[in-house]
Amino acid sequence: MAAVQWRSHGRNYDTELQRCRLEAALVDFGDYHPLKPIMVTDTKTRRGTRKGSTSSSSSSSSSAPPDPLSSMLDGTDPLSMFAAASASETPPMSHSSSTGDLGRRKREKEEEAVGPDFEPWSLKRGEILARFTTTEKLSINLFIGSDRGKATSQGSAVSEKVRTRLEELDDLEEGSQRELLNLSQQDYANRIEELNQSLKEAWSSDQKVKALKIVIQCSKLLSDNSVIQFYPSKFVLITDILDTFGRLVYDRIWTMCSDPRPLPDNFTVEDVNDTAKETCLNWFYKIASIRELLPRLYVEAAILKCNRFLNKSGIQETLPRLTAMVRGIGDPLVAAYARAYLCRVGMEVAPHLKDSLNRNFFDLLGTFRQISSENVRAQLVLQRVEMPEYLTLYSPAISWILQCIAYRAPESLLTEMMERCKKLGNNALLLNSVMRAFRPEFVAARATDFIGMIKDCDEAGFPKHLLFGSLGRSLASADPPESERLTILNEAWKVITKVRSPQDYINCAEIWVEFTCRHFTKREVNTILADIIKHMTPDRAFEDAYPQLQSVIRKILTYFHDFSVLFSMERFLPFLDMFQKDSVRVEVCKSIMEVFIKHQVELTRDPVILNAMLHICKTMHDSVNALTLEDEKRSLALLIIGFIRMVSFGRDFEQQLSFCVEARATFCNLEPVLVQLIHTVNQLAMETRRVMRGNHSRKTAAFVRACAAYSFITIPSLSSIFSRLSLYLLSGQVALANQCLSQADAFLKAAVSILPEVPRSISVEGKLRSSESFLVDFINSFLATLLVIPDHPEHGVLYLVRGLLNMVQDYTWEDNSDAKVRVYISALPLLAAMSQETYLYSIPKVDSNDTLYGGDPKFLSEINKLCETLIGQILDHLKTLGRDEQSTRRQGALAFSLFGVLLAHGDLRNNKLSQLAVNLWNLSHKHGCCETRTSVRTLEFIKHQTQQPDMTHLSDMVQRLTLQSRT
Amino acid sequence: MSVTLDIRLKRANKVYLEGETVAGVILLVCKEALQHHGISLSMEGVVNLQLSSKSVGVFEAFYNSVKPIQLISSNIEVAKAGKIPGGKTEIPFEFPLHTKGNKVLYETYHGVFVNIQYTLRCDMKRSLLAKDLSRSCEFIVHCQPQKSKVIPTPVNFTITPDTLQSREKNSLPKFLIRGHLDATNCVISLPLTGEVVVENSDVPIKSIELQLVRVETCGCAEGYARDATEIQNIQIAEGDVCHSLAIPIYMIFPRLFTCPTLETTNFKVVCGLGTAASN
Repeated sequence: MAAVQWRSHGRNYDTELQRCRLEAALVDFGDYHPLKPIMVTDTKTRRGTRKGSTSSSSSSSSSAPPDPLSSMLDGTDPLSMFAAASASETPPMSHSSSTGDLGRRKREKEEEAVGPDFEPWSLKRGEILARFTTTEKLSINLFIGSDRGKATSQGSAVSEKVRTRLEELDDLEEGSQRELLNLSQQDYANRIEELNQSLKEAWSSDQKVKALKIVIQCSKLLSDNSVIQFYPSKFVLITDILDTFGRLVYDRIWTMCSDPRPLPDNFTVEDVNDTAKETCLNWFYKIASIRELLPRLYVEAAILKCNRFLNKSGIQETLPRLTAMVRGIGDPLVAAYARAYLCRVGMEVAPHLKDSLNRNFFDLLGTFRQISSENVRAQLVLQRVEMPEYLTLYSPAISWILQCIAYRAPESLLTEMMERCKKLGNNALLLNSVMRAFRPEFVAARATDFIGMIKDCDEAGFPKHLLFGSLGRSLASADPPESERLTILNEAWKVITKVRSPQDYINCAEIWVEFTCRHFTKREVNTILADIIKHMTPDRAFEDAYPQLQSVIRKILTYFHDFSVLFSMERFLPFLDMFQKDSVRVEVCKSIMEVFIKHQVELTRDPVILNAMLHICKTMHDSVNALTLEDEKRSLALLIIGFIRMVSFGRDFEQQLSFCVEARATFCNLEPVLVQLIHTVNQLAMETRRVMRGNHSRKTAAFVRACAAYSFITIPSLSSIFSRLSLYLLSGQVALANQCLSQADAFLKAAVSILPEVPRSISVEGKLRSSESFLVDFINSFLATLLVIPDHPEHGVLYLVRGLLNMVQDYTWEDNSDAKVRVYISALPLLAAMSQETYLYSIPKVDSNDTLYGGDPKFLSEINKLCETLIGQILDHLKTLGRDEQSTRRQGALAFSLFGVLLAHGDLRNNKLSQLAVNLWNLSHKHGCCETRTSVRTLEFIKHQTQQPDMTHLSDMVQRLTLQSRT
Repeated sequence: MSVTLDIRLKRANKVYLEGETVAGVILLVCKEALQHHGISLSMEGVVNLQLSSKSVGVFEAFYNSVKPIQLISSNIEVAKAGKIPGGKTEIPFEFPLHTKGNKVLYETYHGVFVNIQYTLRCDMKRSLLAKDLSRSCEFIVHCQPQKSKVIPTPVNFTITPDTLQSREKNSLPKFLIRGHLDATNCVISLPLTGEVVVENSDVPIKSIELQLVRVETCGCAEGYARDATEIQNIQIAEGDVCHSLAIPIYMIFPRLFTCPTLETTNFKVVCGLGTAASN
């Protein structure tokens, strides 16, 4: 094909812009709004409101435009109407005698039900399991339920059945036991879990006797306190089984009476049928004949709820009886836990029966002296357990009992309880539980009293730091009287600081940090930090206390959001230095940064903050190594970026730049941070330009050049090619805006020079994707920038454009891809724009090529030559596409886009060009893969264009463009 | 061809008082129609006496079991020979619990040497080729509750080494246990209650147990045989309990194995209580 002669279509951008603008139509906003309902406004009332008359409410309601949505529904919406109707109606209940009675019962139920503010057992459970552990070997005394044959012997007479069952029970009480020795704690827990499973299995396979046996055996284990440190955990594990059993029995009896229809939740005895009652009674008889005290007590407590099936007052009578039964347990620890279980079941089944709870506690106080009996002492010696440790074993049980009592209890009862505890000797254990279980407000109000009591306690008994820990926990959530606060802190700290063991010390100190932070200033907190450092540094004690130390930091951070205050605490950074394990250190730094980003609202230049934060960020940054996960890196980078964005030196740009230099040196391993730094510096340059209103002085010019230099040397250190490319482009634009021509040139040249390095596929979110679309996008925006770049005096005309196009040509594009040609096609509009007399856009104070060449014909012909080469290339490509059947669609699309470019930017008065355009049109329509709608609209556009004065020549062409019929 | 025969009593707990009517159904489930030679139902109440090998010789105990005493016996024919349609058939029946003559209906009791048992037995006679079917079912008889209100007479007790009938009185450590029972004559359907207090004890207590004992006396040719056996033993205290603190005594009587104290010409059952504290 003969070379096409290119002529750019001359443009007058201003007039085009004028033409394109919509005609401004004035809208009177006051009158009309499409969303406003059509309504007649009563102007009189409106005037009335303006006067501020007393009837403002009525008048304003009439004048205010009603919400169209709510006006649709007249009054209340139907859903809430239904709800209201059903609420007022009493639900139909067959068994209730009268609605009044029901209402009363309902109200009672609400009163007695345990609210969400009651800390449930399930929470305590895990805590106890984690706290009471042992390395001693444990043993389980059990029968293994393999002798199934007996249980299913088919005696015809009831008596025989009963007898065999009872015999089995005896059997397993006396013989057929197997002792499992040398179990580790984990094994023990697993065994118990196995038993739990076999209980469920036995139950579901209808071996009720075996189920009962398992439960009895398990509860028997509770009387054995040979490894006493583990007892609380054992209690938890075994009561789980008891709970399961209780639930199974209850559910079974429940289903027995739900024959025609399920029982209502608040059923009465009359609703239960005889068979169910009989079964239930049988359970109770069976349990009543268990020989040993402890299993009888526990198992009956487990199925306490079943009393509901038998009679109204069953639970009410049983609880006190069981409570009294506990008196028969000699071992004080076993008894205390049995009481705790009773209280737990009581709270669950009948929370309104407070009396038995209180009875339990008073009995506990009555037998309190047992704790220091000879027997217990002998046992402790045998097991090599110290008294203080032994006493702590009680605290979960006693705390739980007290918590049940204290729940929604009147103040007077609490005071009474406290007085009773006071009277007993060696009451530290009780005191501890009182502080833990009673409402924090109650404790806080009497904090000074409590401190007095703690001081009076026996030193040899319960450890005092635990007492102060409990007190501190209460004070952390409730405030003591203002006047006492300082004394409280002083008194408490006096004791805490004397605690020898670092572990005990930090456990207690950690709790009190919260109180200190809540009520005092940085001075006191600083003192406490200093004290902690003093205690934890010897022998590197801090290594075992990271969780507590972290919690100290967390507490401080929740109360101190002002970082200048925080960092002005002398001891804060030394405190941070105690975190010497890398992972913990980074975690702490991260938590600080998170708080900083969340709460630091104002930009800062405070050197204290900056230094400290730089230190913290550096710690985080230095933790990055080759093994660090991508996600971890990203989150660290985000935190550091958050910090960098908060730094501002105001008008002191140079310092900001030097900060960036420093930051770059510090955070060189985290790419996102470097990218942010480059952005910051670019922003700095633009800020300088704004301040100088575009006229740089010698000094500012040097500064912006320094900024450009910063970016120029930082960018190559990035590994991601696309961030490099886009940053080069961006920095080039910034440099240009700041009249740093040679720098801009260098940026763009650098961008062009790394183009060949772009890989053909890049990884996006872990998946390998073709980079083509990213590259084409980048080149397009690069082209747009090239329009304003003036040619370098030492290089040839259109040096950068040629360079770019050469790179595009040499780049190894994907096979079967039109990307290269697409780039060529999009280069044409640039070249056309360059040949205009004045360019579409320009940068103030920068002379673009339009001014430099002033429309020099030589320049123009250079452009035209370039265009012709491009078009030649494009046409060649179209021809190759034509050879292949499959690529006709691509050919059509390319041809059509070239047609579009010709139409918009080519001077179609030129015959050859218009002929080319017509050919392209035909080519694109040849294979019928052109969208008809687009073609029609294009034609309409051209027809519209012909009406312009200088576009009449197009009318000839329109005649020759034919739409392809749909066949 | 399978057929099942069952007796279902109306009362779930199967407890009847004298003078009441034992009512229920005979339940027949078969797949096809069933030919039979008559179904009969009988009710029987029997006292079985067994001699203890302690009071008489082993062989005598084995052979010389005393003839059972029949308390009540009646028989009805439920259905004449004929056919029962396939499916589920329920035949209702009723027996009045009335004694003949001067016989007394004793409470159901399962002891070691004395057994008082009431059963219902249903027999279905069938042709030569098929086996006869039979099914029996025990029901429980309780006495009429006493009309007059029993006034409980509490009793106090004290146990010291001196009060024990033991040979090694002197070797025993010192202790003092006090307590009371709320009643000496207990209503059998209500639990036994009371309290025990350990006032002092030189050695730590291991366990306090409550033992329910019955004394059965059988009359036979050589006179009377009297035997005490344990019915139930439950622990009321475990370990070294707190001194001078009242520990509750509470025991539910196992209904089948205890009965109100009973004396007749031929046999006698008395229930007593023992407390054992082991050191």
